[in-house]
Amino acid sequence: MEPAEIFPHSGGVIGVSWLMIALPLLGAAILLLGGRRTDRWGHFLGVAMSLASFVVGVLTFVELLGLGEEQRRRVVELFEFIPGMVNMGLLVDPLSISFVLLITGVGSLIHIYSIGYMSHDPGRRRFFAYLNLFVAAMLLLVLADNYVGMFIGWEGVGLASYLLIGFWQHKPSAATAAQKAFIVNRVGDFGLLVAMFLIWTTFGSFAYGPVLGAAGDANVPATAIGLLLLLGACGKSAQLPLQSWLLDAMEGPTPVSALIHAATMVTAGVYLIVRSGAFFQAAPTAQLVVTIVGVATLLAGAIIGTAKDDIKKALAGSTMSQIGYMVLAAGLGPIGYAFAIAHLITHGFFKASMFLGAGSVMHAMNDEVDMRKYGGLASVMKVTWATFGLGYLAIIGFPLLSGYWTKDGIIEAAMEHSPILGWLAVIGAGLTGFYMSRVFFMTFHGKRRWAEDAHPHESPAVMTWPLILLSIGSVFGGAFLIVGNRFMTFLSPAVGAPEEPLGFHPFSVPGITTLVLVAIGAGYAWTKYGRSEVPAVAPRGSFLTTFARRDLYGDALNESLFMRPGQWLTRLAVFFDNRGVDGLVNGLAAGIGGSSGRLRRIQTGFARSYALSMLFGAAVVAGALLLVGNL
Amino acid sequence: MELYVPILVLAVLAAGFAVFSVTIAPFTGPKRWNRAKLDAYECGIDPTPQPVGGGRFPLKYMITAMLFIVFDIEIIFLYPWAVAFDQLGVFGLVEMVLFIVTVLVAYAYVWRRKGLDWD
Amino acid sequence: MNNTFQAPTIEYGQLAPLLLVFGAAVVGVLIEAFAPRYLRKSFQVPLTFVSLLGAFALILVQVFVSGVPTAPAAMGAVAVDGPSLFIWGVILILAAVSVLLITDDDHFVPQAAAVPGSAEEDDALAEGAAHTEVYPLVLFAVGGMLLFAASNDLLMMFVALEVMSLPLYLLCGLARRRRLLSQEASVKYFLLGAFSSGFFLYGMALIYGFAGTVDLAGISRALGTVSGQDPLLLIGTALLGVGLLFKIGAAPFQAWKPDVYQGAPTPITALMASGTLVAAFGALLRVFWVALGNLDWDWRPVMWGVAILTMVLGAILAITQTDIKRMLAYSSIAHAGFLLVGVIATGDARQNADALSGILFYLLVYGITTVGAFAVVTVVRDAGGEAGHLSRWAGLGKRAPALAGVFAFFLLAFAGIPLTSGFFGKYAVFAAAATGGALPLVIVGVVSSAVAAFFYVRVIVLMFFSEPAADGPTIAVPSMGTAAVVTVAAAATVVLGVFPEPVLRLADQAASTLFIR
Repeated sequence: MEPAEIFPHSGGVIGVSWLMIALPLLGAAILLLGGRRTDRWGHFLGVAMSLASFVVGVLTFVELLGLGEEQRRRVVELFEFIPGMVNMGLLVDPLSISFVLLITGVGSLIHIYSIGYMSHDPGRRRFFAYLNLFVAAMLLLVLADNYVGMFIGWEGVGLASYLLIGFWQHKPSAATAAQKAFIVNRVGDFGLLVAMFLIWTTFGSFAYGPVLGAAGDANVPATAIGLLLLLGACGKSAQLPLQSWLLDAMEGPTPVSALIHAATMVTAGVYLIVRSGAFFQAAPTAQLVVTIVGVATLLAGAIIGTAKDDIKKALAGSTMSQIGYMVLAAGLGPIGYAFAIAHLITHGFFKASMFLGAGSVMHAMNDEVDMRKYGGLASVMKVTWATFGLGYLAIIGFPLLSGYWTKDGIIEAAMEHSPILGWLAVIGAGLTGFYMSRVFFMTFHGKRRWAEDAHPHESPAVMTWPLILLSIGSVFGGAFLIVGNRFMTFLSPAVGAPEEPLGFHPFSVPGITTLVLVAIGAGYAWTKYGRSEVPAVAPRGSFLTTFARRDLYGDALNESLFMRPGQWLTRLAVFFDNRGVDGLVNGLAAGIGGSSGRLRRIQTGFARSYALSMLFGAAVVAGALLLVGNL
Repeated sequence: MELYVPILVLAVLAAGFAVFSVTIAPFTGPKRWNRAKLDAYECGIDPTPQPVGGGRFPLKYMITAMLFIVFDIEIIFLYPWAVAFDQLGVFGLVEMVLFIVTVLVAYAYVWRRKGLDWD
Repeated sequence: MNNTFQAPTIEYGQLAPLLLVFGAAVVGVLIEAFAPRYLRKSFQVPLTFVSLLGAFALILVQVFVSGVPTAPAAMGAVAVDGPSLFIWGVILILAAVSVLLITDDDHFVPQAAAVPGSAEEDDALAEGAAHTEVYPLVLFAVGGMLLFAASNDLLMMFVALEVMSLPLYLLCGLARRRRLLSQEASVKYFLLGAFSSGFFLYGMALIYGFAGTVDLAGISRALGTVSGQDPLLLIGTALLGVGLLFKIGAAPFQAWKPDVYQGAPTPITALMASGTLVAAFGALLRVFWVALGNLDWDWRPVMWGVAILTMVLGAILAITQTDIKRMLAYSSIAHAGFLLVGVIATGDARQNADALSGILFYLLVYGITTVGAFAVVTVVRDAGGEAGHLSRWAGLGKRAPALAGVFAFFLLAFAGIPLTSGFFGKYAVFAAAATGGALPLVIVGVVSSAVAAFFYVRVIVLMFFSEPAADGPTIAVPSMGTAAVVTVAAAATVVLGVFPEPVLRLADQAASTLFIR
């Protein structure tokens, strides 16, 4: 089934859906411009704006449901943005509204949680301003009806992410991590930009309607556009090969990790791929690359997750891995879209709940993040233990909990497409069972390995209630969406639907195998981390463990591929250019000292080496021309 | 290609001459050193640096030499005009006057700025 | 001897802008010779502005009243065509804006011949001396730029090159502060410039040997008659290219740029970074498109290499710079690389017109933003003059939010962020190159832009998110001229970023006729 037509819309709640973006943006503006005067009530304003946005979102959703199924794609024209090029408008359809509800719903809960989590931080107002800014940008990203608007939102969430990762500027590691995220994301962004250039030159428009409607035409460079979009998605969603920033991004405050680096922003890449599905369906090569990237990342993330002792980094590895599942599903075409988005939503719930749970643990343990210093916390933090446990069961795919439905759907769909992809995804699920159990048991069970001055206690209600609400989502969300193909039917006007929807086969061979593998993984984790002693210092481990601990040498690879040549080039240039500050100081000192010999040597020396480089360049240019001319 | 043979021959000759004269000079020339000879450029003027605290150094030779070049070039331009001035007619005359006036502007500048005073 | 000379014809009307600028420069020299010292500046400044704006008006007359000429002027030596007129207009605007900066005496040394730090210098300073020769020198340089971009034969081009460069060599040595650095810049620029002129001249000689003419159209005709490649023609092309690439600061001939930009008085740097670049691109385009257009299969691969090296080197080296002017110099190198991408994007006439229009627009927006950025640099000062070191710029956003904001905006325009003029400039060039089959080059360009964006943003972050240094630089109250420059540049960057259509159309029109032969 093809996606439905897009209808212009005015009036009603949908007509004012721009409020969803405007309200948090206003909140951010007030908090940033208001300065210290807003310190006392700033966090409440932030929460209120986020909640208001959520309310508008729900009302919009209700109004959308009131329309006939084929009528559910509405464009609200706002204003002419770049004359003759871009008319800004909002596209309210099942896909965007699903994201809206996730962003504003989970976002509001995390806002509320942050009141407690950041209560001792002098920069709390600034934090809420950035959070509001993020929500506004993320909503623009998913609601814009054209690639330019989407891109502005895309950059906006990047900015918010950068600001929030580096929120604790005084930590050098945080500042570095922020810069790393920024740079890595630039690579992806420029893929996206070039894709947009191509889209403009091909279609003469940026709006989704005309562009995606014509994406299947014969003269469209769909493969190129698809691969460039994928590059953009990889940057934002921490997929191979642009995955390295996400682990470092855990330097930010934990609510940020939950909201931006688990539940919402990192899934923007999945949104991009699903939204631009028409290009990928027209380009099987691009689709194949998407699935390969997805599978590779889901395995890499899982392997990294098995070796991390830092609770947040272990969860970050898991996020990478789960997004890998979503990207895999998104690469499968219409058959996978519903599962990708459904998994995205349920993942939003259980991963946010676990991150916030981790935050709650850190809050209790004086910001200790090393799981080897946890253990036996279940008895002192009942609520956190229960909510984290439900999230944990959901992510490993415990039968009937959320993750079970959505992940199994992805595996089935992948199996349908190619057994290799399917079985790799099954192996990933088994790994998930192991590393998530490891996190859970190391943190909450086994012996207490606390630091001397640790006095863990349950977090305040303002932090536990969001946890409880989120875990409701992680328990029931999956069944609600998947049973009876409810979500697939809802989503189909926006993204299309497969000819025959995938039935749910709980007792298929892959399904059973998955459960068995997960059980083995969890059992092994229990014997290794639940029952037996966990050493306080990580043992040296095998080659494989080191490999995983070093993030699969992703950084080393980046370093040798990109950084080293860059430095080498710089050094080479410094040879002709060692005239930075040092040279200047030397030159001045020599001049004032009257040491003319030295001065002359420095001056003619440099001009000579410049001239030498010119001569050399001229020889190369002449040689090259001769070579080309005689070919 | 044959067009360039003379150029190549000339280049080889020029390079050969330069190398030859530089290498042969130390062997054949008389060596009678004195202080002035050891000074840079052998021009009789103390090279920089100047006495501590600065000071200006005379550029008289250079200014004179530069003025010479200006008029030298002017004469080079006057030659072809002189050869063909009857064919160029009034146009040539006007252009030449304009040219000489422009050169005179530079001359006037040097004169007014005391570039012609020796001390 | 049957020498029947024809008296040459000269189209004075077409050349009027050139003649006006050169004439004003000569009058400026006379003022220096005869006007009393205290009156000179009050003569020179109006003379300079009147001549620059008058020349601009004359161009407008040609474009809108008398029509763009269709044949070269002055016996084929100068081509006043659409691209020339556009480039002339750009150069004159940039020069006029730069002269606004130059009128601030604080940038220039009172007595250039005095040894730095000597008693004579102190005396001259106390006396309030000033080198008002700056104005005629600038006019000569601007006249040279105009001629350089419009020369239709190599000999004229070489004369223009020297007329443009010699005054600039001098002007570079006139910085009021950090005299040694300034003199060093001047000498280096002179030495290396002379070296590159040598390449140009030698290349010209070889090409003359090949074609028997220095006329660009004549060279093109001669190329059409040969089959097979004459090695000396290729070497001539290479050497001519080296001379021109030196002037635009393409790698590996870029070494002079950072040193010279840093040492020169900032208003002169602004003039060089904008005007010279525009003029040199005009000349480069003319040589490679008009004279050597038929040889493009040979020079294009080499130009690819140069463009890639220039973009990458400029972007990467800029990252490690600690001085704001050096950083802008490397940024200028990177931008020269981006512009080279447009030079390579040749094809059929339509394609050429698109690429040319993109380059013209890029030159305009880049030039204006550059002058604006250097104008901001002149205002941020500490005890030793301009606070060049980047660490001194930390927290500027807290001390002078408006100024830092404008500067950040200029940097974003350099980075080519949408809604700034730089975006459309880059877009115009890259789009033309992409349709011209240079997609890999465009990708390198886009990636270098990404790297470049990093160091621009680094400065912005430094200005807005770092704590100000305790003894940070003071923000000098900008003179009227400087304030006007910053305002005009910022306004142009916004307007051309949001509403580029009229100027783009003008560039399209100018490019539509391509270069006349």
